[in-house]
Formats: sequence, C-alpha cells, structure tokens
Amino acid sequence: METLNYRYENGTRTLAKNPQIVGVVGSGNLEVLIESAPLDGACTIEIKTAAVGFGAIWEAVMHDFHERWLLADARISINDMGATPAVVSLRLDQAVQTMLEDAR
Amino acid sequence: MSSYLELSARERLQQLFDPGSFEEFLPPSERVVSPHLAQLNAPVAFDDGVAVGRARLNGEFVYTAAQEGGFMGGAVGEVHGAKLVGLLQRAVLDNAPAVVLLLETGGVRLHEANAGLIAVSEVMRALLDARAAGIPVIVLIGGSNGAFGGMGIVARCANVVVMSEEGRLAMSGPEVIETANGVEEFDARDRALVWRTTGGKHRYLLGDCQMMSADSVAAFRQAALDAIAACAGGPVELTLEALEREQQLLAERLARFGAMADPADIWNSIGMADAQRVSMLDADAFVAAAAAHRLGAP
Repeated sequence: METLNYRYENGTRTLAKNPQIVGVVGSGNLEVLIESAPLDGACTIEIKTAAVGFGAIWEAVMHDFHERWLLADARISINDMGATPAVVSLRLDQAVQTMLEDAR
Repeated sequence: MSSYLELSARERLQQLFDPGSFEEFLPPSERVVSPHLAQLNAPVAFDDGVAVGRARLNGEFVYTAAQEGGFMGGAVGEVHGAKLVGLLQRAVLDNAPAVVLLLETGGVRLHEANAGLIAVSEVMRALLDARAAGIPVIVLIGGSNGAFGGMGIVARCANVVVMSEEGRLAMSGPEVIETANGVEEFDARDRALVWRTTGGKHRYLLGDCQMMSADSVAAFRQAALDAIAACAGGPVELTLEALEREQQLLAERLARFGAMADPADIWNSIGMADAQRVSMLDADAFVAAAAAHRLGAP
C-alpha cells in the first residue's frame, strides 16, 4: 500500500454539507469519499492505493481534477485497488456531481 | 427496470426503498474501517463493505443492511459483522416493524480469521434475538456473489428468504467443494451445474427459500413487502417445534435425494413436469409450475 497526499489552494467552488461516497473498492476500481471541510479554502486529497509507485501519474490526474472543478474547503479521501487514470477521473467527477446534485 | 444483480449495495438501498429515505448508521465519513486489513497491507473500505441503517418501505421505516459484493466478495470482517449486529440490536431497541437484509457475501473474511468467525456467529445470535423480540427478518439474495459460508447459515436463520434465479445460497462454495472433494464430486467450472445446485430455483423447490423474485429491483421490493405482510400478526420467533420440523425435512431430503447426482434428477423425482425446462422458465411461470411440487411449503 502507498499513501499519497495532495493539497490545492485557489479553489472557489464550495460543496454541499452532506458527505458522499461513490465507487467500490474492487479490482480496478476505487471509492471516493468527498466532504465539505474547513480547510482555509483548500482542497485536500488523500489516496491509499494498492498499486505502489504511480505517484507521478496520480499527481497529474489530481492536478487535472483540480483544474476542472476548482473545489474549495473540500476533503477527498480515496481507497484505490488499481484503478486506471481514466476510471479515477470519472469517479472523481461522479463524486463532485453527486455533491452538486445534493446541493440543489 | 433495474437489474438487482448488477447494482451496487448502495444503489440497491436507494432504489429498493422509498426514494431518498435511507438513513445510514455509521456512514463512510465516520471511517470505521477494518483494523486487520491495514496490518496485512490490504486496501480498506470506509464502510467495511456493508451499509446499515433504516429506510422507508411504502412509508414505514424498516431496518436494513446491504452487503457490497464488490469489496472482498462481501466477506464479513470484524467491523462488518459488528455493524450487522448493531443494526439488529438497534432494531430491537427501536421495536422496528421488520429487518430486511440485502445479503451478498462469500461468508467469513478469511483475512480476519477468528474475529470474522466470531462476528458471523454474533450476527446469528443477534438475528435470532430480533426474531425472539417479535421482529421479522427478511433476507434478499440476488447479487452475483450469492450468500455463502457462515452468512448462508445466517440467511437460513431468517423468517423469509427471497431469491432470484441468479442468486445463490449454500454453505461451501463450488470451488471449495471441488478443491476438497475432487472434480468428480463437483465441477465448479460447470456454471449450469453450479446454478442448478445453488441457484434460487433449486433452493425454492427444496424449501430453503420461501419466495422467488425476478431479477429486478421492483420485484425484490414487492417481494420484501409481501414477505413482511406474510409475517405480520403471526409468531416470528424461532421455536423448538419449527427446528424439529426443519430437521425432519432435512432428514427426508437426504433419504429421498441423497443418492442423486444432479438437481435435475431431484426435480424429476418430485414431479416437476419437463424438468429439463425448469432453467428456462421466468420467475412467475416457474413459481406457478413449482406450486404443487416444492418441498417445505406451508
């Protein structure tokens, strides 16, 4: 297992109050827990992954994710079982969209 | 109409009960995860593979749990089992009208060894305590992982087991039987044989399962409502008389069918017309065809 942590500033979009979880910790899949949290406007992402040694790819995928959504005061926690970058991106978008639906 | 088989545990909870009515106890944001998996350097899930809580069914709150087959085959670890026990105990405290368990599990999570085994036995005790308190327990089995091992026993402790044809219920899984007793005993790669032996239709004909459902969320929802209605007003606790009847049923089953090698032979012998076609019937047609022949019918 490997733990990776990322923190992004300068986000603007805040989230609904209720946490949401999407995905399942199964082979080639992951779960994403997304919560609103007071983080001085930052978006933090903690990843626990079974696939060791892919930090550079995670960093690129998380950077793109932050650029897409610009979340603020958001805490994202991931349990991963070897999902591909495309699956990770889709799950992250699903998590945010579920949150936005919930806020309506 | 959604296939029950293909949904995740959380999707089932959202779609089977009244929309938006599921209230989770100990949600993923509490992060109560397995203490054992991390020691083994294995991934954890924030809900340890089971969501528990209460949800409305036609307006009335019932207590419910759904196991996630996608996380370690729905296997029961220490936390997962404790959540099931807590749910059943809470149902007793709150005098819930019913408990509906959406099982999908290979049984004990072997990574957690004795803690998992103890957890499953505690689930059995809590389930029987709920029944003794007058709360009917309904089990739904329609996920691709079936209900096996200790949780297969838990299922049979319930008042009503509802299965789809695709659902499976047994103690040892096919691969376990083949590994232990050889391919002549059971060919785990013969999927038709596996489903003839452990699938919903055979369980219904043998009396291990009390209701059949088509593989749709709507059908399972209706079956859960029907099962709760069937229990209403009557005694729901497990009695010595009921156990003795069950024992007699099992003894008769062994005497009548013990020498038969294939479930189709059993279907022939109990008088299912055209037994070879049993696997082709949809749920309603099958229930109609089985009515006069199934064992253990009330």
